[in-house]
Amino acid sequence: MIITTAHYLVLAAVLFSLAVAGIFINRKNVILLLMCIELMLLAVNFNFIAFSRMLGDPTGQVFVFFILTVAAAEAAIGLAILVVLFRNTRSIDVDELDRLKG
Amino acid sequence: MITGVLFYAFAAVLVVAALGVITSRNPVHAALFLVLAFVQSAFLWLLIEAEFLAIALVLVYVGAVMVLFLFVVMMLDINVEKLRAGFARYLPLGVAVAVIIVVEIGHVIWFKSQGLQFMTAPQGMPADYSNTKTLGAVLYTQHVYAFEIASVVLLLAIVAAITLTMRKRPGHKVQDIAKQVAVRREDRVRIVKVETSKES
Repeated sequence: MIITTAHYLVLAAVLFSLAVAGIFINRKNVILLLMCIELMLLAVNFNFIAFSRMLGDPTGQVFVFFILTVAAAEAAIGLAILVVLFRNTRSIDVDELDRLKG
Repeated sequence: MITGVLFYAFAAVLVVAALGVITSRNPVHAALFLVLAFVQSAFLWLLIEAEFLAIALVLVYVGAVMVLFLFVVMMLDINVEKLRAGFARYLPLGVAVAVIIVVEIGHVIWFKSQGLQFMTAPQGMPADYSNTKTLGAVLYTQHVYAFEIASVVLLLAIVAAITLTMRKRPGHKVQDIAKQVAVRREDRVRIVKVETSKES
């Protein structure tokens, strides 16, 4: 039983598709949408690391490092926006976010 | 052999945890399942010899980001039932999209690439290989500019998160140091000439 790069790529694909499905079925809850985005970024990181190991090039892992940084910043700002949103509307339902009338 | 067993065990738990994230009724449970998913990913990254990123994932994600998530989830008072109203309605669509994505990517990876480099196990690293050392050597030389930008992004995140959530409450009593320092004698002291009672 040899674990190849393809195993990791398929696992990343499964993880990514689960996150996409999560965005579809939890489309009203902003917190779960943010969690699904985190799962998607995790799947992308799997691809980067698998290819980095396959090609023997550490640049892919450096890229994952930067993705982790940006994802942490995104989570912090996203949750801050969520808290402000909840303070103003007393709800985190996506359907009620129509104040801009776009 | 042992690597294969470990890979399938960790991958199975990872997929179950991801399913838990997207289907659990309570957002707190979803956050805890996400913690489990991150820990399993860290194990898988250890298997593929990306040790530094595995530890960084546990420290940054499980230690900081997920605690932030749990903090926010527990702070907000959410009506969960109302938010799950469309769950059953959108379930078939979500499952269909997920299956399509998996079949397409899996087809490309698994069946179209037989005999390519994909299908061979990566070369094992020698015993004195240090993942952290290798990453650091690249990170601080070739990618030092991106590294500095990443630090600015983190600073931006701190400033943005604090300014977004800071608010002034109406009855909040606080010292205004600038006002206290800038006060003049005339603002505080009023000299009143009191007429002394006259002898009559």
